[in-house]
Amino acid sequence: MRARALAVLALLCALAVPVAAPVAAVQPDEMLADPGLEARAREISRAVRCPVCQGESIDDSNARISRDLRIIIRERLVAGDSDAEVLEFLVARYGEFVLFDPPKRGVNLVLWLAGPAMLLGGGAIAVTAIRRRRGGTEEGLSAEEQARLDEILKR
Amino acid sequence: MIVELGHFALVLALMVAAVQAVLPLWGAQSRNAALMAVAGPAAVAQLLLVAFAFAALTWAFVVSDFSLAVVVSNSHTLKPMLYKVSGVWGNHEGSLLLWVLILALFGAAAAVFGANLPAALKARVIAVQGLIGVAFLAFLIFTSNPFWRLAVPPLDGQDLNPLLQDPGLAFHPPFLYLGYVGLSMAFSFAVAALIEGRVDAAWARWVRPWTLAAWVFLTIGIAMGSWWAYYELGWGGFWFWDPVENASFMPWLLAAALLHSAIVVEKRESLKSWTILLAIMAFGFSLIGTFIVRSGVITSVHSFASDPERGIFILGILAFFTGGALVLYAARAGAMEAKGLFGMVSRESALVANNILLAVSAFVVFVGTIWPLVAEVVSGRQISVGAPFFDAAFTPFFVALALILPPGAMLAWKRGDGPRALRSLGPVAVLAVALGALAFAMQTGRSALGPVGVALGVWVVLGAAYDLWSRTGRGGDRLGRLRRLPRADWGKATAHAGLGITVFAVAAMNAWAIEDILVVQEGETFPLGRYEVRLDDVRQVEGPNYISTTAEMTVLRAGAVVTVLHPEKRVYPVQAMPTTEAAIDYGLLRDIYLVIGDPQQNGGWAVRGYVKPFANWLWAGSLLMALGGGLSLSDRRYRVAAGARKAPAAGMPAE
Repeated sequence: MRARALAVLALLCALAVPVAAPVAAVQPDEMLADPGLEARAREISRAVRCPVCQGESIDDSNARISRDLRIIIRERLVAGDSDAEVLEFLVARYGEFVLFDPPKRGVNLVLWLAGPAMLLGGGAIAVTAIRRRRGGTEEGLSAEEQARLDEILKR
Repeated sequence: MIVELGHFALVLALMVAAVQAVLPLWGAQSRNAALMAVAGPAAVAQLLLVAFAFAALTWAFVVSDFSLAVVVSNSHTLKPMLYKVSGVWGNHEGSLLLWVLILALFGAAAAVFGANLPAALKARVIAVQGLIGVAFLAFLIFTSNPFWRLAVPPLDGQDLNPLLQDPGLAFHPPFLYLGYVGLSMAFSFAVAALIEGRVDAAWARWVRPWTLAAWVFLTIGIAMGSWWAYYELGWGGFWFWDPVENASFMPWLLAAALLHSAIVVEKRESLKSWTILLAIMAFGFSLIGTFIVRSGVITSVHSFASDPERGIFILGILAFFTGGALVLYAARAGAMEAKGLFGMVSRESALVANNILLAVSAFVVFVGTIWPLVAEVVSGRQISVGAPFFDAAFTPFFVALALILPPGAMLAWKRGDGPRALRSLGPVAVLAVALGALAFAMQTGRSALGPVGVALGVWVVLGAAYDLWSRTGRGGDRLGRLRRLPRADWGKATAHAGLGITVFAVAAMNAWAIEDILVVQEGETFPLGRYEVRLDDVRQVEGPNYISTTAEMTVLRAGAVVTVLHPEKRVYPVQAMPTTEAAIDYGLLRDIYLVIGDPQQNGGWAVRGYVKPFANWLWAGSLLMALGGGLSLSDRRYRVAAGARKAPAAGMPAE
């Protein structure tokens, strides 16, 4: 199974499409009867990465281990765990690697702050540059010229 | 024999590319017209040689020449002809040959259509293009040679990955590469301008069409890939923030920024050095994308060790071109003197804001894509960055972009009247908010995604329409003037409206999709949103090179038949690989999307059904963006610029 997945990757490498096995993942027999719990389980499993696939969530993956993880998530939910507790349970066993949403602490803060920081930096540079340039030699219309222009436009 | 000739042509192309890279550059430095004149013929010769090599490889695929390693691992005698041909680029080696072919095509296009370029600029542009050609031809020949023969040819091939045996995917790579490689033209122009130390409106008038064309191709290529994922992967997702997708999305964002900033250079001779930097970065990100998808480093830090030799080679190419260009930029950017001055509220500033937001969006995607690699190197931890991060970190910037688009597009050059632009858009804003509120009232969930999508979409689309209308001035015959507006204006409005529709469709599909997964017995009916679906029967059907499990499912609404769909599950015996062929009833307001799964132990079939609202609007929006780019490309000023040389001769009065 794994070797084939690798071959698929090698073939798909030329394209800009996700590498994923096509058979749909969540099976009817895994699903919980309680729609509220089931919805939470789906929500969680969409953010959990299949440990052996190429960047698929366990919700999308048809690998054996993904099925096991989906069942574990549902068992934990039925046992009364909160969403956070379920994720902790998974991280304790499979490592941070399975979280598609990296925890917002430590080094990962760089990841979350990079965009806003760049926006602020870029914005500041742009504003300063435009200000400085404008301060230089821009000559607007004088009041007299503006009046003349208004007059022309009114006609 | 033909294969050997192709191989030989490829090696010869490398030599010609080396000549094309060196002599014209030298000629331009030493003002030697003869050396500069080498550029054109060399570029055309390179194109012919690479085209011959490509044709030779295609021939090998068409006749199933299994003495070639590439053909063996990617083809099969039973495969339909379309996929024999598309199999040429459905693999690393062949797709790289296509890459090089398109690169040579662009170089030759500059040679053929660049008649009215200043001789030195033309020579330098073609030389830089040749240099890129040298790098990639060397990469192709030394690490990924498609003409590698096998000593003992097998009787039949291993077939193309069945996922790729699809018309949508057959033409996805060529479009994508036209986009990626098209950005090399912007890069070559940027480097040539840096060497020359001069950027003016004429330069921008040359760069912009190339960027626009590359962006149009990228748009189509990405949309095709996304559409393919939608119908082929079997759960109706269209975007996964996969590193491979991100690799195509980053250049798209930067190309969008570049084609906007090039307008400022062209019309106002301002933002020159920023535009040059963007041109370098846009192609740099194309190369980064190539590195990401072909080295396998990031797709899977975890489980996949691709050929490290290739990764290092591409990293070398990336470092040489991006690094070299940036050094050149650092040394020469000061020489780019800005002429046009502009106020804080002006079209120029609005385009600066557009550029910042697009560049930041691209940066966020970039950081998210490489973060797993960085984190592993820095902290030794293996982490993943996926859709939740990108959704949360990318979306705000794009929402901001959509918000400033309509007023920004209406501001005057040099010094605009902000309050006036906002006032005139007042009715559009009211309508957008009202429709968003209506959507909020009508939907059942509490998510704000759908309503915000509606409001943003209406804002951008009607804003674009209003902008176009306001260009017709006052008084009678506004419709006539509307028709006679320059195509660039129409292109702008069309592309912006396309963006608005795309934003709306993405939000709608994410917010309002209905999904059901269940076991259904043959003859049984299950509800799906407003519809009812009956599983009539399931049959085994044999295709040309696959075996299919085909279901017949009838979709009903209030007892009346809406449509009959045939979802399939195929197995391709040669690759022993299953594929899902979802059956989709495409509609104006919704797609009905049915998938047949596995048979269950105690009878019945696993079935998935989806109602995807406004799915077609996503592709339509993308197509409108591409169409807008095309309209803009056909604007008179480019046709005039390109044909300037020929015009006088044609206009000569007959005696």
